[in-house]
Amino acid sequence: MSAAGVAESLLALSQQEELEDLPKDYPLNPSEDEEDIDGERKHQKLLEAISSLDGNNRWKLAERSEASLKVSEFNVTSEGLGEKLVLSDLLGPVKTSSSLAAVKKQLNRVKSKKTVELPLNKEEVERARTPLEQEVFNLLHKNKQPVTDPLLTPVEKASLKAMSLEEAKMRRAELQRARALQSYYEARARREKKIKSKKYRKVLKKGKAKKALKEFEKLQKENPTAALEELEKIEKARMMERMSLKHQNSGKWAKSKAIMAKYDLKARQAMQEQLARHKELTQKLQAASESEEEEGDVEEEGELLVPDAVNEIQMDADGPNPWMLRNHSSGTKEARIQDPEQLPEPVAHETPESEEEERPGAEEEILLNEFEERRSLRKKAELNQDTEPVSRQEPKDSSSQEVLSELRALSQKLNKENQSGKQKVSSARTVRVVQRKDPTEEEEEPLLLHRPERAQTVEDLEELGKEGCFQNKEVPRSVLEGQQLERNPNNHPGAPKEKKKKEQMIDLQNFLTTKSPSVKSLAVPMTIEELEDEEERDQKRMIKEAFAGDDVIRDFLKEKREAVEASKPKDVDLTLPGWGEWGGVGLKPSAKKRRRFLIKTPEGPPRKDKNLPNVIINEKRNVHAAAHQVRVLPYPFTHHQQFERTIQTPIGPTWNTQRAFQNLTMPKVVTKPGHIIKPIKAEDVGYRSSSRSDLSVVQRNPKQLTVRHKNQLKKNSID
Amino acid sequence: METVPKPSRDVPPKKNRLQAKKKVETSLGWKRKTRRYWEEETSLTAAGASPGPPSNKKNRELRHQRPKNTNIQKKSRFSRAQPPKKPRELRNPEPQRSLSGAQDPFPGPAPIPVEVAQKFCRIDKSKKLPHSKSKTRSRLEVAEAEEQEISIKAARSELLLAEEPGFLEGEDGEDTAKIRQVDIVEAVDIASAAKHFDLNLRQFGPYRLNYSRTGRHLAFGGRRGHVATLDWVTKRLMCEINVMEAVRDIRFLHSEALFAVAQNRWLHIYDNQGIELHCIRRCDRVTRLEFLPFHFLLATASETGFLTYLDVSVGKIVAALNARAGRLDVMTKNPYNAVIHLGHSNGTVSLWSPAMKEPLAKILCHRGGVRAVAVDSTGTYMATSGLDHQLKIFDLRGTFQPLSARTLPQGAGHLVFSQRGLLAAGMGDVVNIWAGQGKASLPSLEQPYLTHRLSGHVHGLHFCPFEDVLGVGHTGGITSMLVPGAAEPNFDGLESNPYRSQKQRQEWEVKALLEKVPAELICLDPRALAEVDVISLEQEKKERIERLGYDPEAKAPFQPKPKQKGRSSTASLVKRKRKVMDEEHRDKVRQSLEQQPQKQEKKAKPTRARPSALDRFLR
Repeated sequence: MSAAGVAESLLALSQQEELEDLPKDYPLNPSEDEEDIDGERKHQKLLEAISSLDGNNRWKLAERSEASLKVSEFNVTSEGLGEKLVLSDLLGPVKTSSSLAAVKKQLNRVKSKKTVELPLNKEEVERARTPLEQEVFNLLHKNKQPVTDPLLTPVEKASLKAMSLEEAKMRRAELQRARALQSYYEARARREKKIKSKKYRKVLKKGKAKKALKEFEKLQKENPTAALEELEKIEKARMMERMSLKHQNSGKWAKSKAIMAKYDLKARQAMQEQLARHKELTQKLQAASESEEEEGDVEEEGELLVPDAVNEIQMDADGPNPWMLRNHSSGTKEARIQDPEQLPEPVAHETPESEEEERPGAEEEILLNEFEERRSLRKKAELNQDTEPVSRQEPKDSSSQEVLSELRALSQKLNKENQSGKQKVSSARTVRVVQRKDPTEEEEEPLLLHRPERAQTVEDLEELGKEGCFQNKEVPRSVLEGQQLERNPNNHPGAPKEKKKKEQMIDLQNFLTTKSPSVKSLAVPMTIEELEDEEERDQKRMIKEAFAGDDVIRDFLKEKREAVEASKPKDVDLTLPGWGEWGGVGLKPSAKKRRRFLIKTPEGPPRKDKNLPNVIINEKRNVHAAAHQVRVLPYPFTHHQQFERTIQTPIGPTWNTQRAFQNLTMPKVVTKPGHIIKPIKAEDVGYRSSSRSDLSVVQRNPKQLTVRHKNQLKKNSID
Repeated sequence: METVPKPSRDVPPKKNRLQAKKKVETSLGWKRKTRRYWEEETSLTAAGASPGPPSNKKNRELRHQRPKNTNIQKKSRFSRAQPPKKPRELRNPEPQRSLSGAQDPFPGPAPIPVEVAQKFCRIDKSKKLPHSKSKTRSRLEVAEAEEQEISIKAARSELLLAEEPGFLEGEDGEDTAKIRQVDIVEAVDIASAAKHFDLNLRQFGPYRLNYSRTGRHLAFGGRRGHVATLDWVTKRLMCEINVMEAVRDIRFLHSEALFAVAQNRWLHIYDNQGIELHCIRRCDRVTRLEFLPFHFLLATASETGFLTYLDVSVGKIVAALNARAGRLDVMTKNPYNAVIHLGHSNGTVSLWSPAMKEPLAKILCHRGGVRAVAVDSTGTYMATSGLDHQLKIFDLRGTFQPLSARTLPQGAGHLVFSQRGLLAAGMGDVVNIWAGQGKASLPSLEQPYLTHRLSGHVHGLHFCPFEDVLGVGHTGGITSMLVPGAAEPNFDGLESNPYRSQKQRQEWEVKALLEKVPAELICLDPRALAEVDVISLEQEKKERIERLGYDPEAKAPFQPKPKQKGRSSTASLVKRKRKVMDEEHRDKVRQSLEQQPQKQEKKAKPTRARPSALDRFLR
C-alpha cells in the first residue's frame, strides 16, 4: 500500500511538471489533437495540389474568413507560411497601443542592460583551456554529470524528490485533516447561509467591512500595488452604488416608510439612515496617495470609456487627409531637429547596439505597424534630403535597422521617381499628369503599398521637381551638414533643415536682416553723440545677443503655418466601420472603402497672404459687417457686379455738395400743403379712356408725350 | 474720415452746407427732374432755365475763418510754389445768351479740369461687367451719369479750398534740416510765431499730450499726475489738476469738453473743468488710449494684454479682446478704416477690429520688439520702429510689404504722421521729421526735413490738426514746434471747425451722434460695405432652388412655337428643336476653341521658366 502510494504521488508530481512545461516548450500542433479536422485539411491540400498541377501553381494561403477578437488556436495553421507558428505571436495583441509600446521598449532596454558580472565566475565554468580540463569536461558530459552549480545528476534529483515513508504518511494525515476541516466549514457556511435574522446580517456586514478596512490598511503599508487594486474595487462598488437606485428611498420598502414617516419617528429615522448610507457609499474614498491614484484612474477610465476603435478610426480619418499627414510628418521632423541637440554624441553611437538587443521585442510591432511606418516613411522620404542624414544620426526612434535599410531603398526609389517625375512635371505642371502617372507606379511596386499619391498643390509639384534637381548634390551636402552640426550644434539649428520652407524662409530672412542705410542726422541724440561708432557697434552686439535666443522668424513661420492649417477646409470622412465588411476591435475599414466615403471639400480660393511671407491675414468672415451688406439682388440686375456699380457712389452730405445731395435724395413723390391732389385718371397713366372713338386720346401715347416734352425742354433751354 | 472711403484726401467741399437753403434748382443734364402736381404746365418749360450764379457770399463767409497757417516767405530763401495750370478741361458745349442780349464772353458754366473731376469718381470701371440686359444697362447708365454730375459739382466747389500748404525750401542745395526753429520763428508772421512755445514743467516728469480734433485744444498729462487742458492758441487754461496718481496717457474724446486719462489703476474721464465724471474700472492698468471719432469708441490697451473698446456715447464696453502677446504699450489707429494697430515684443504688428476676436492681420516687422507704430491719414503707409534700431515704412494696401527702411542711430521711440503725410520720430531728446514729395506721398527717409533738439527725452508726439505745429511732450515739459506743411490748410467748417462756438459744437455733437458708425463695421476694407454679400446670396439662391425643386432663373429649354397648318408636324418640330440645339452646341464649341489657346499660353509660361543647369551658379 505504501509503495503504491509513493509511486502514485511520484507519478502525479511528474505529470504536474509536464503540464506546467507544456505551454512553454511545445509548439502547439493542433493537428495532432483533432484528427478529423486534420483529415479534412489533408484532403483539401490534396485537392489544391491537384489543381495547381495545371501550371498555375499559386500557393493559396490559409485565410481566416471571419474576424473576431478570440481566435481559437486550433483553427490556425502554419502551412503556407514558411515559418513555425509560435504561440506567443498569437497571444499578443493585434496591435499594441503606442504608449505602451514605448514603455515596453524602455523595459526591454533596461532588461537588456545586464548588470555587471564578476569576470571570474564565468571564466571558471565556461572555458576549458588545458587538455586535461578538456578531458575532464568530456567525461563529465558523457556521463551526464552536472558541470555547473547544482552538482546533482538527474537521477539524484528524482531520488531527492521522492519522499520517505513517514513523510508520506504525515502528508496523508494532513490531507485527511484538511478534507475534514473543509467539510466542517462547508457545513457551517451552509448553516449560516440559511440564517434569516436581519440583525445577524447587519452585524456580519459591519464586521466584514471593518475587517476589510483593516486589511486594506495593512495592504497599503505592505503592498501598495495590491492596495491600489483593492481601492479600485472599492471605487467600482461606489460606481455601482451610484448607478443603482439602492438606498435612495425609491424602493417598495422606502415608499411604504415614506407614508408612515409623517407619524412614525422610527420610520423617519430609517429613511434618514438609508439616505445617509447612500451618501456614505457614494462618497469618494480619500486615500493617502490620492493624486496618483486619481490620475491612474482617470487614465484607465479613459481607456475604458473610449474604446480603441474610436481612436483608431480617428487616426484613419486623419490618414487620407493630406494636410494632416503633412502636419504629422512635419511634427516628427521638428522633433528630430530638436533631438540631435539634446542628445550628446556618445549616446548616438550606442543606440544601434541597444537596438539590436531590443529587436526581438520590437519585431512584432514592426511587423504589425509596417504599413503605417511605410506610409510615414514614404512621406519622410519626400523630404529625403533632410530625413536621411537625420535618420542616420538617430535610428533610435522606433525603427530598427531593417526599417532603416528599407527606408534607404525607398528613398532611392522615390528619388528616381522624382527625377523622372520632374521631367514630366516641368513639361506640363498639372495635377492630372501626376495622377495619371501614379497608378503605373503602383503596379510596378506593390511592395510599397502605394496609395495613389496625390500631388496636393502646385507647390508640392514644384517641390518634387526641386528635389529631383537637388539629387546630384545630395550626398556631399548632407555630409557637410553633418559636419556643421557637429561643429556647432547650436548655431542655426533650424536653418539648414527647413528645406521645405527654404524659399520663403530666405525671403523673410532677407527682408528682416537687410542692412538699411543709416540716417545721418544733424542732431544726434545726446547720449550717443560721444563715441558714437563704438557704442553703436556695442549696442548692436548687445541687441543681437539679447535676441539670439528667441528666433522671431521661426516663431512667426510656425504661427503662420498653424493659421494656414486651421483655415484649410477639412475633408469629411463618412466611413462607417463594420458596414459591408467585418468589424471589430483592431480592424480598420479598407482603404478602398475609406476612399469611397471620403468627401473632399473643394479647395477654397488661395489665401491672400500666400505670397507674403511676413504677413498672416485672417480669412474669417466678419459676420457682423456682413449683416449690413446687401444680400438680395434687386430686380433688373442679374449679376452682383452690376448692382455694385450702382451703389458705389455715396449719397450722403459728407461726400457730396449740398445741391448734389439734395438732387440725389429728392423723393419721387412730394406733397405740398395747400394744394389739392387730384385722383388719378386713366389718361394720366396712359390707358385709353372708355370711349374708343376718341382718337386724340389714343394718339396720346405716353412715349410720344415724353419725347415731345423733352424736345420742348431742349428748346426752352436753348432759348 | 475713418469709415468714409475717399479717393482723395482733400476735405470734400461740404461748405456748401453753409449756404442758405434754397429751393432745388435743376440743372440741364439732371435726369431726376420730376413733374410735381402743384406745378402748372407752363412751369415745366421754365424749369431748366438758368443755373444759379456761383454764390460769392459763401466765399466771403469762409474767408474770415481761414486758419493762419504758417506761410513762410523770407526774401529768396523760402518761396511759394505755384500750382501748375491744368491742361485739359471740361467745357459745356452750348453757349448761353443773357436776357439783355449782351454776349457773355465766357459762356456756360466754368470749365472743370478732368483730373479734378476724376478725383471724385468712385465707380470702379476697371472690372468688366458681364453682359447685361437693356433694362439693367439703362440703370447702369443712370448711375454713371449721376456720378459724373456729382463729381463735376464737387470739382467745381474745390474752388472754395482757398488755402495752400506752406513749406520750407532751402536755397540751392541748402539742407532744410539745418534750419532751426529760431530761424523759422523769425521768418514767419507774429501770429504764426506765437505758435512756437515751450512749457517748462520739469517737476512732473515726462508728458504725454493730445490735440483735440479741431486742433484748438491741447491736453497733456505728466507721469507724476499733472493733468491740464488749454486752448493753446490763446494760451487760456481750461483746467489743471493733479490726479495724485501716475498718468500713462491722455486723450480727448469726441470734443474738447471731455477727455480720458489712463491713470495708474483705472481709466478716468474728466470734463473740461477737471471734474471727474467717470472712473471706468473695467479698463484697468491702461497704457495707451486711442479714440475713434466716427464710431465714438475709446480703444484702450492695457498691461494685462487686453484691447478694450469702450463706446463713449452709451458707456458700454463693446469688445474686450485678448491680444495674447503680453503687455501692450504700442498702439495707434488707422484713421482711414479705424483699425487699431498694436505693436508686440516679438516684432509683429497686429491689426484689430472690435468685430473679430482674432487680429485681422499680423505683420512681422522687426527682429526685435516693436517700439512705435504710426499710420498716415490715408491709411496707405504704416511706419514702425523696433528695438533693432530700424525705421520701416510699410504699404498697407493689401501687401503689407516694407517700402523703405532706415537704421537710426538710437532707434525711434515715438512715431507720428501728420495730416499731409510728414513723419516725425522722437529719438532720445531729438525729433526728426521726414517729408515726401507733395501730399500723401511716401516720406523719403534719406534726408530729414527738420530736426529739433529738446531739453529732455521725448515721451509723446502729436501733430496738431489744421495747424503746422508739432507738439512734443518730453521730460522737461512741452514744446510746440513749427513744421511748415504739416497740416491740412483747409478745414471743413461743419466737421471740425477750430473757430466754432459752443452752440455750433452742440449742433455738431448731435449730428455726429446721429451719424455714428456701428462698431462692427470696422474692417480692413471700408468699401466692402458697398459690395453685395456674395456668399449669402449664393446660399440663399441654393436654398431657394432646393425649396422650389427647380431653378427659376435657369434658361427654359427651347419649345418650338406651333406654326400654321401643315408646318408643325412632329417631324418638323423635332427638326426645329434640333436646329436650335445644334446652334447652341456650336456656340459652345466655338467658345471652348477660343479659350483653348489662352489656356495653352498659360500652360506654356511655366515651361519657359524651366530651371536650367546653370542656375546653380546664380547665387
